[in-house]
Amino acid sequence: MSENIHVPTVAELNNKGETPEVLFWVGCAGSFDERAQKITKAMAKILAHIGVKFAILGKEETCTGDPAKRAGNEFLFQMQAMNNIAIMNGYGITKIITTCPHCFNTIKNEYPELGGNYDVIHHTTYIQELIDQGKLTFGKGDYKGKKITYHDSCYLGRANGIYDAPRRILEKLDAELVELKRCKAKGLCCGAGGAQIFKEAENGSKEINVERAEEALETKASVFAANCPFCMTMLRDGVKHFNKEDEVEVLDLAELVANANDL
Amino acid sequence: MLLGFTSIVYFRYMQIVQQIIFVIVLAVAVYFFYRNVSKIRRNILLGRDEDRTDNKPERWKTMLKVAFGQSKMAARPIPAILHGFVYVGFILINIEVLEIIIDGIFGTHRVFAPLGKLYNVAISFFEILAVLVLIGCVLFLTRRFINRIPRFHNPEMKGWPTKDATIILITEIVLMAAILKMNATDQILQARGAEHYAQAGSFPVSQYLVPFFDSFSTSTLIVFERVFWWFHIIGILLFLNFLPYSKHFHIILAFPNTYYSDLKPKGQLGNIGSITNEVKMMMGMPDADPNAEPPVSFGAKDITDLTWKNIMDSYTCTECGRCTSECPANQTGKLLSPRKIMMDTRDRAEELGKRLDAGEDLNDGKNLLDYISKEELWACTSCNACTEACPVNINPLDIIVQMRQYLVMEKAEAPNELNMMFTNVENNGAPWQFPASDRDKWITEL
Repeated sequence: MSENIHVPTVAELNNKGETPEVLFWVGCAGSFDERAQKITKAMAKILAHIGVKFAILGKEETCTGDPAKRAGNEFLFQMQAMNNIAIMNGYGITKIITTCPHCFNTIKNEYPELGGNYDVIHHTTYIQELIDQGKLTFGKGDYKGKKITYHDSCYLGRANGIYDAPRRILEKLDAELVELKRCKAKGLCCGAGGAQIFKEAENGSKEINVERAEEALETKASVFAANCPFCMTMLRDGVKHFNKEDEVEVLDLAELVANANDL
Repeated sequence: MLLGFTSIVYFRYMQIVQQIIFVIVLAVAVYFFYRNVSKIRRNILLGRDEDRTDNKPERWKTMLKVAFGQSKMAARPIPAILHGFVYVGFILINIEVLEIIIDGIFGTHRVFAPLGKLYNVAISFFEILAVLVLIGCVLFLTRRFINRIPRFHNPEMKGWPTKDATIILITEIVLMAAILKMNATDQILQARGAEHYAQAGSFPVSQYLVPFFDSFSTSTLIVFERVFWWFHIIGILLFLNFLPYSKHFHIILAFPNTYYSDLKPKGQLGNIGSITNEVKMMMGMPDADPNAEPPVSFGAKDITDLTWKNIMDSYTCTECGRCTSECPANQTGKLLSPRKIMMDTRDRAEELGKRLDAGEDLNDGKNLLDYISKEELWACTSCNACTEACPVNINPLDIIVQMRQYLVMEKAEAPNELNMMFTNVENNGAPWQFPASDRDKWITEL
């Protein structure tokens, strides 16, 4: 399948007097980072596949302000936030799906106080709901019995307490989930958060992503499942550090689901 | 009996002298404790105001679960069990301390004894607890100094913090031993029918200490019993007064500190309200208040810029180091240690408190950045492993972010790469230097 999916912008729908049922918030990584774009495309295919009326903000979307806020630039964060809120409120957006847990956390938790109240759903939760509602099924069993390990991102896990939805997706894929030694609430960070990914790490004995990749490699899983474009970058760099990129694939849950559906 | 009239008078006299001394000792101990706790309260209130009085039912629930129920200790089972011994022992043996205080004031002996069977059960339970506390403390010392568990030996633990821990554990061992020895001599006196030592209590543990004391005469044993009794209560009162100087103060602050926990999702950082209005004015939004006071300063340079809850966190910290041992930056050899952030905050609050005690103002030309370096602050990934790990809901991340805010918005001292990221967000709407027009380019590649 996957021929010529058209992803409309909210403005485009607005011109026709329509509003999308869900806004797909792509995020900066998902928009610009070459690897993360694949996650974005996988998610767009899933949304098209289930036939929900969705749209993106396109060029009207800008950074949520998360990295600025975590780096201490509250001014810049609030300017970004209020710009985004003005645009989304202008279009009457009510429901947002995003593939980035940082965007998810910021829009869900920090935007309401600034006037942005939406039903914000991380794509792993959304996919799990689709599965529960029978809207998404997996016939092919590409990942049946395959050893997969799952990395909890900090902003989905500890920050928002979402541990089960991603695991239930893996269960549905019939994969053999091998938990990391440090998982769920004790999951080790990939090293990207708090604006770390935009700078060199402070002096230390090891890079955090190398430590995490090492732990993931110990599981002997052939797929590392992630839910965050920044974890994706960090884990892939970690795997490359050990020259294991031919043996191990780092994939977002959206990609796993899209692959399993031949999307 | 053998005691003649004069010795009865002498006994009564000694009794009254003991009561007077006891009341004075107790009053002095309570006074100094109250004074030092008031100072800590004053130091905590040096922080700026923040409302943490909403949602009372949830707050009580959190306190009962996390502090009273020790729910977060369970993540590490062995210390959870040992700490459980000491904690339950501490709470329940305090009932016996209450009896000791009443006896001390009124010259009674084992005033709760008329409870009969219940009293016997209680005393035997306390004896077993005392042994468990003893075992707990010995094993804690073993873990710290023989097994050398790494989290007890980070650089910030050098000097006083380690001495503090040792004093606490040894004192508890000595106090528990005193209870048992007191009970051992008491039961011999009870058995011999010595005056004033009515038959009371049952002693499943201290009965085994009886052979050590059995050969002494009754009058010597009375002296022993009194010495152990006084040693125990004075030890407890001294320990009480040690608390405000020690990390062990957590036994008190754990309760209010969890009550005032941050109830928001861990990922949610509070928005700075004064900035919201500034931004609204800049953007010409209709609900901006043009008459609102512009913000005076941004972020935290010193503890007076932090919230009172941040400072309460720092006084609650018992330096267990779970935060630091879970911190990804610390685990990979970076300078950042969340525990040190808390210890530095407390030490700075103490430093300013001492100035106030001396009648000086708060301007000593120093600030919290003299304690916490930029290198530490910029190593944080905001992953919340530290806040998750803390058994008493302390939040080092909140302090780190406020100090970053000061560095960025007041001093413009962000690392260069972060300044570039800010510029990109401002100009391109993304943290990287990609043209905003390419943002939806991917849709053409589907």
